Amino acid sequence: MTDAAIPDRPGFHLVEPSAWPIIGAFFAFLSAFGLIWFMHGASFGPALVAIGVAGILFTMFGWWRDVVLEAQTGYHNVLVRHGLTIGMVLFIASEVMFFVAWFWAFFWSATNPGDHQVYGRLAFTGGLWPPKGTSVLDPLKLPLMNTFVLLTSSAAVNVAHDELRHGDRQKFKNFLALAIALGVLFVITQAYEYIHAPFPFKNSIYGATFFMATGFHGAHVIIGVIFLFVCLSRAWMGQFTPRHHVGFQFAAWYWHFVDVVWLFLFSCIYIWGSWGASIEGVTR
Amino acid sequence: MASVTDLSHHDVEAHHEHHDLPTGWRRYLYSTNHKDIGTLYLIFAICAGLIGMILSIAIRAELMEPGMHVFPLISKIMSGDGSADAAKNMYNVFFSSHALIMIFFMVMPAMMGGFGNWMVPLLIGAPDMAFPRLNNLSFWLLVASFTLVMCSLFVEGSPGMHGFGGGWVLYPPFSSDVGTPGPAADFVILSMHLAGASSIIGSINFIATIINMRAPGMTMFRMPLFAWSVLITAFLLLLALPVLAGALTMLLTDRNFHTTFFEPAGGGDPILFQHLFWFFGHPEVYILIIPGFGIISQVVATFSKKPIFGYVGMVYAMLAIAFLGFAVWAHHMFTTGMSLNAQRYFVFATMVIAVPTGVKVFSWLATMWGGSISLRPPMLWAIGFVFVFTVGGVTGVVLANAAIDRYLHDTYYVVAHFHYVMSLGAVFSIFAGFYYWFPKMTGYLYDERLAKWHFWVSFVGINLTFFPMHFLGFQGMPRRVVDYTQAYAFWNFVSSIGAYISGAGTLIFLYVVYEAFKAKRHAPANPWGPGATTLEWQVPSPAPFHTWETPPQIFGDEHHHAPAIAGQGSAA
Repeated sequence: MTDAAIPDRPGFHLVEPSAWPIIGAFFAFLSAFGLIWFMHGASFGPALVAIGVAGILFTMFGWWRDVVLEAQTGYHNVLVRHGLTIGMVLFIASEVMFFVAWFWAFFWSATNPGDHQVYGRLAFTGGLWPPKGTSVLDPLKLPLMNTFVLLTSSAAVNVAHDELRHGDRQKFKNFLALAIALGVLFVITQAYEYIHAPFPFKNSIYGATFFMATGFHGAHVIIGVIFLFVCLSRAWMGQFTPRHHVGFQFAAWYWHFVDVVWLFLFSCIYIWGSWGASIEGVTR
Repeated sequence: MASVTDLSHHDVEAHHEHHDLPTGWRRYLYSTNHKDIGTLYLIFAICAGLIGMILSIAIRAELMEPGMHVFPLISKIMSGDGSADAAKNMYNVFFSSHALIMIFFMVMPAMMGGFGNWMVPLLIGAPDMAFPRLNNLSFWLLVASFTLVMCSLFVEGSPGMHGFGGGWVLYPPFSSDVGTPGPAADFVILSMHLAGASSIIGSINFIATIINMRAPGMTMFRMPLFAWSVLITAFLLLLALPVLAGALTMLLTDRNFHTTFFEPAGGGDPILFQHLFWFFGHPEVYILIIPGFGIISQVVATFSKKPIFGYVGMVYAMLAIAFLGFAVWAHHMFTTGMSLNAQRYFVFATMVIAVPTGVKVFSWLATMWGGSISLRPPMLWAIGFVFVFTVGGVTGVVLANAAIDRYLHDTYYVVAHFHYVMSLGAVFSIFAGFYYWFPKMTGYLYDERLAKWHFWVSFVGINLTFFPMHFLGFQGMPRRVVDYTQAYAFWNFVSSIGAYISGAGTLIFLYVVYEAFKAKRHAPANPWGPGATTLEWQVPSPAPFHTWETPPQIFGDEHHHAPAIAGQGSAA
């Protein structure tokens, strides 16, 4: 009793069977297994992790290559693109919640340094945040510069998008390359700061919250840079049209998400979190 | 040479590209078909459920009488060490694994992976899920995750012992490198990471499918309630699991890389872990039950030959439960030294959730009222569900009160509460769904008399197992203990008898399934009569490999929100 098909509704994409999921799951297992033995000092640990991670990267390359080929073949009609868009938005939402956990840990630790119920914590922190004796990075030097680097990079991505939509492929590629270069500059600057940080990662709640929150952010910056670079490579190969470029849109959204997370990190951890502490090399 | 590909005229007709039905092992290992993947999940859930049940029978065998009788032998078999300490550790490992397996490898795979995958596309008139290949990744990641948990049983955890015995909640400092120096805890942590990734990916799939791929005319407020329940559960998973991932990562780095998130000597706080964990953990329990609500709504409506009472109220009730579920987590932490004001808030917020839940219970009853009730096996489980879930729900309201929770926290009253809502709630709804959809999935009819035996033996057994635990809790028996004083002996004995009866019920279940496949009685498209009005009953049994390649046009009553009744003409 159901009616006939709606003839002008394009079909959804029934994906062909693919080995990538089981291959990816296997390498995820291997990476986890190897990581555990690496952490517990087994000699074969590092090798297993290396193979596992290589396998995951191989899977990502092969799988996304298949997606691009399917798009080129014409499977990504407007309905499918809408579905992909919903998927990307949801994925970014889950990433936001992941950072919520790290900000929670930071705020819990930073607002309760004198909580006397947690025996031993007061002795370490002296009731202060940053904990007594902790020297912090000067937020108004490299971190502030990095803020401008990321904001400019996000703006460059927006300009690149506009240029693509208006058909100027050369400007599209140029601004995309600029965005990537700024992203790389950010990563290099963060790495420099990490190496020269005046507080430790180990045995300090300040270091733990700082390095894990900013570290996961840095990892997402690296992922974002790679994503943008893949888009640039596809642009060089002649892909993306002014009306159809979901892959680039997703990379742009991911990049903006990374930028927003940085703004929160900068204001909460770098500025607010360091307020009143001694800045290494500066007498105030 | 570079070329700009113009895709605007390039829509490939989906039905020209279908290849013949894939065969052999590749069909399942490389699957991109929601029905095959759903079948894989259901088989996985059954196997994991059996393992989880064996663990629980061992636990109840030990707790049948005071003294340690069973676990020294189990420990000797599994780890070669039969000493009292090793036996106690093995008991801890058993209850920890039992919970992990039942939650992550039985209930969630059965409801979301199994029924969700099988039925959601059928219910909304979609040809498959939005991301069929990602769907398969969700399944195989779960297999990888389960393998890691199994590995944890055979490596060192506590010093000189095997397995992780710190409970499924993984609280530090037991789970820290001081409490559990061996790699067993890391295996559990990474297993949960993979399971979380599996579920997040699956959630993205379900939400995109339901939002984007409903058939023409299937508006959101014409969707069947099981589809709504999967949508809402998917949002809970999407937003709660990443916080667990953060907590697990902090635990991992504390254990292995000398961070001090939960180590007071370094400025950290073990209570932080509890906050992060339960921020996930409370939505998790709604994740475990909301799909069950959806199944029960559909089953009750079918076998009352009436539409569900108050469809819109049922939707908003699930939305309210889900939304509120994010705001009540610290009721698991009343005894940790929270401020009184915090306790007051969480008591209040938790009790508020009882309201939408009550709306649902009353709506199921109102659906049955005046209906033509047919007591076939799915309906037995559904009516049983309404009764036992209510019992579990009301003990939850008791526990929501921080004052009495001061006394009942970590006693068997809590164990009774959550087993009533889970072993009796979620599991009953899974069996309701199984017996409801089995003919659609397999094309075979099971023996209904045998299935009713399964229900009644299980109903008696599971109630007998868990009801006495309320008494034990009030008597003060703590949970997670391998032994107890003589004062608790009687009800523990009764409970263990119930566990054996439940085990017998499960054996009957296995026989029902085996017999159905052996007898091969062919099922019609709709074995349940006029009460079955949702779209899956329009397609043959077993459902063909591809369905709804041509979407159905849905007509509903334009003036009321109501689930779409397949084949109904449009209003004037």
